[in-house]
Amino acid sequence: MRLLELYIHIPFCKKKCKYCDFLSGPSTADERESYVKSLCQDIRSYAHLAKACRVISIFVGGGTPSTLTAFQMQQIFSAVRDTFVVEENAEITVEMNPGTVDREKLSGYKKCGINRLSIGLQSTKNRELQILGRIHTYEEFLETYHMARAEGFENINVDLMSAIPGQSLTDWEENLKTVAELAPEHISAYSLIMEEGTPFYEEYGEGRHADELPDEETERKMYWRTKEILSKYGYERYEISNYAKPGYACRHNIGYWERTEYLGIGTGAASLINNSRFNYGEEPEKLTVSAQMEETMFLGLRMMKGVSKIEFLKMYGESMENVYGNVIRDMEQKGLLEDGEDFVKLTDRGIDVSNYVMSEFLL
Amino acid sequence: MAGIDQSKIRNFCIVAHIDHGKSTLADRIIEQTGLLTSREMQAQVLDNMDLERERGITIKAQAVRTVYKAKDGEEYIFNLIDTPGHVDFNYEVSRSLAACDGAILVVDAAQGVEAQTLANVYLALDHDLDVMPVINKIDLPSAEPDRVMEEIEDIIGIEAHDAPLISAKTGLNVDQVLEQIVEKIPAPGGDPKAPLKALIFDSLYDSYKGVIVFCRLREGTVRKGTKIRMMATGAEADVVEVGYFGAGQFIPCDELEAGMVGYITASLKNVGDTRVGDTITDAANPCEEPLPGYKKVNPMVYCGLYPADGAKYPDLRDALEKLQLNDASLQFEPETSIALGFGFRCGFLGLLHLEIIQERLEREYNLDLVTTAPGVIYKVYKTNGDVIELTNPSNLPDPSEIEYMEEPMVKAEIMVTSEFIGTIMDLCQERRGEYLGMEYIEETRAVLHYRLPLNEIIYDFFDALKSRSRGYASFDYEMDGYQRSELVKLDILVNKEEVDALSFIVHADTAYERGRKMCEKLKEEIPRQLFEIPIQAAIGGKIIARETVRAMRKDVLAKCYGGDISRKRKLLEKQKEGKKRMRQVGNVEIPQKAFMSVLKLDDK
Repeated sequence: MRLLELYIHIPFCKKKCKYCDFLSGPSTADERESYVKSLCQDIRSYAHLAKACRVISIFVGGGTPSTLTAFQMQQIFSAVRDTFVVEENAEITVEMNPGTVDREKLSGYKKCGINRLSIGLQSTKNRELQILGRIHTYEEFLETYHMARAEGFENINVDLMSAIPGQSLTDWEENLKTVAELAPEHISAYSLIMEEGTPFYEEYGEGRHADELPDEETERKMYWRTKEILSKYGYERYEISNYAKPGYACRHNIGYWERTEYLGIGTGAASLINNSRFNYGEEPEKLTVSAQMEETMFLGLRMMKGVSKIEFLKMYGESMENVYGNVIRDMEQKGLLEDGEDFVKLTDRGIDVSNYVMSEFLL
Repeated sequence: MAGIDQSKIRNFCIVAHIDHGKSTLADRIIEQTGLLTSREMQAQVLDNMDLERERGITIKAQAVRTVYKAKDGEEYIFNLIDTPGHVDFNYEVSRSLAACDGAILVVDAAQGVEAQTLANVYLALDHDLDVMPVINKIDLPSAEPDRVMEEIEDIIGIEAHDAPLISAKTGLNVDQVLEQIVEKIPAPGGDPKAPLKALIFDSLYDSYKGVIVFCRLREGTVRKGTKIRMMATGAEADVVEVGYFGAGQFIPCDELEAGMVGYITASLKNVGDTRVGDTITDAANPCEEPLPGYKKVNPMVYCGLYPADGAKYPDLRDALEKLQLNDASLQFEPETSIALGFGFRCGFLGLLHLEIIQERLEREYNLDLVTTAPGVIYKVYKTNGDVIELTNPSNLPDPSEIEYMEEPMVKAEIMVTSEFIGTIMDLCQERRGEYLGMEYIEETRAVLHYRLPLNEIIYDFFDALKSRSRGYASFDYEMDGYQRSELVKLDILVNKEEVDALSFIVHADTAYERGRKMCEKLKEEIPRQLFEIPIQAAIGGKIIARETVRAMRKDVLAKCYGGDISRKRKLLEKQKEGKKRMRQVGNVEIPQKAFMSVLKLDDK
């Protein structure tokens, strides 16, 4: 049986954040209703594929999926379970924002089999939340978080964002410690990216108002302090921006970096099926073997454990040494890669300039 | 085919300042005339043309023959000979003019007489051509045909009151131009029975026909089988074909006679044998004297051309050899740079010529090139009495062996409206120009005369001139010998290593400033790398300026999930592509365009 991950996209949110370039926006109740309806139809249309697969994880992302009612969520999951075989211990995550759920909704979500919540907090400081254009306060987050715990959610991720305009290193450290004290199982800590097409890009893109942003040096200090601080609280960094308590690394996301097959359903969702990458509604385009190898490297290197040479050989029938020996040695000599017994992985310096390293792995 | 009556032939060219509408008028003339005489139509040469078409041969638009049925009921053959429109090709222009009997002068009805207008008219008058003015763009709201007519008469001194007032764009009054060509441009002379004497005004290499020579017959007749000799190069060959120029193809005919313009193909392998300006004669029955005015054209500007990918060196050599077949003024010889590896030092007529060649190599031969900063030929007088003609700064001898150096000079004429005289004089001053004089050609316009070092104008002088005069100044120059000058070699060190390909020769007074600017420019051009990179400018081992490219601190994408992967790939591909455009010098990757940085020191 093929192992499959499901990604379900909910393109709705209360209000667009200033940095957000995802496919999402405010919606009416009717729009949500009809979207869920067609989503369910789409899910059911995959019966042919479903026969050959076992679903090992589901991720409902957005937007803000928690804009959906418990009933709508149940409809979606009925469609999924009617169509696919979902493993008993599958990791089932839903993204949510503080202030969009109550106990009743959470309890309804739990009944769908959702066993992991990913809460978009971004900052514990209301001033920073305001700068980002978030809809909630830190206090509202706390309420949501405790509510989720009370409803019995035992696997919670909290998103945090560094390098926010006006943020100091101390601000960031305080953010980290405050959240770590709450002891969620997982923390994603991202450095803010100015994506084109966002209000932030208008304001800060291409070097505009650089004085309001933490400089590069500070940004890197924030990054390295993150690992130091969180490790004291028992978190391990397992990917460039992801930290987890033992046993709580996000299996769904690891699937992306290890090239597990995934099916994306809903507006704009991406899929990897049969070595074709395609967005929802587009024609699949097959990746060449070279392109697959490249992906194995540039995705796999995101993970701290690195990429396994043995797995590479198993996957492609050709050794990593044959394909990438020269690159690996060049990067090792530059102090950017570590070439271990089985795994090739980024060094600390290699993480800082990982795009540079990864681009070397394009054939 | 029976001979064509000389009195029915008109050989002419069009001269104009850039953008005054030369090409548009040429297009209209071709459009409003036919390509064949009615007699030739019946002679079914069309079959031949089809053959040419199948073989896909197209000619450069250097010349075209059209047939005009005039109001007097007669058919006239027009040979319109194109002249290159740039000062780099002055010699070619003069040879094209020498192939004509008259010239149409196109003047913009709004802008009036400009520097190039003058230069081209004088060139035409030097060749005893009858100049026939045409005032173009009269459909523009800003057109002032009366003022321009006055200007032509006052400044140039030719009759302009019956000049056709036309719009080449709309075709308005172009018929008047055609009639005036018949009336005002003299028919050619020459004796078809005299020994052959033909002027080469262009040549090109075609992979089917070999060398094709464009010529104007002054005396005699040439036909298939004639054994011809090039009087300057001495090359001899048997004529394979003669013919004339249709629009876009070669149309063979039986013979070319005195007065005619056409082409000759012969058993020639090398365009170098058929130099522009040379005289073709009959090897068996040669004429006594060649036509006057031949000279070997020498390159004025040199630069290094290197393949971006070192493995493409043989491809670059092949491409240069092929281009040289078509362009005898292109010169190249192999050279080696520590920074750039194997390449060629190439000589060009000017910067435009350089750019054309560079572009052709990149487009037609698909080569990715690294070009070093262009320089001129310096004369180095050594203490031991030797004189070196220096085309590559790297070859400059040790200062202790140099007695003194000379640099090439030009005489420039700059036409400018009075409000910009000050700014333009400042510009010339900055470029070490020596003021020779100024004259007002009308109340608001003057011609400035300057003597300037060539190396000060080859880069961006023209751009600077345009930007400082809001586009109003125009400029022309001619070579004016060599002059002793205090010159030094400026070396650039990247990460403490001298990069030979970045060295350039500069006047001692501006060396410090240039060194500083060069470092600043390179700091912009060289992307941050894994380590800090010092960039230094030095003269004779003494550091005079320094900048630092800070180490790349961060190049990481925080997020990469299922929907980001395709985008991430594109980003990495772009990065990889960028690396390909870099040249590894020591440990440092230098972008190819950084080697041209010296050209951009005067930006803003």
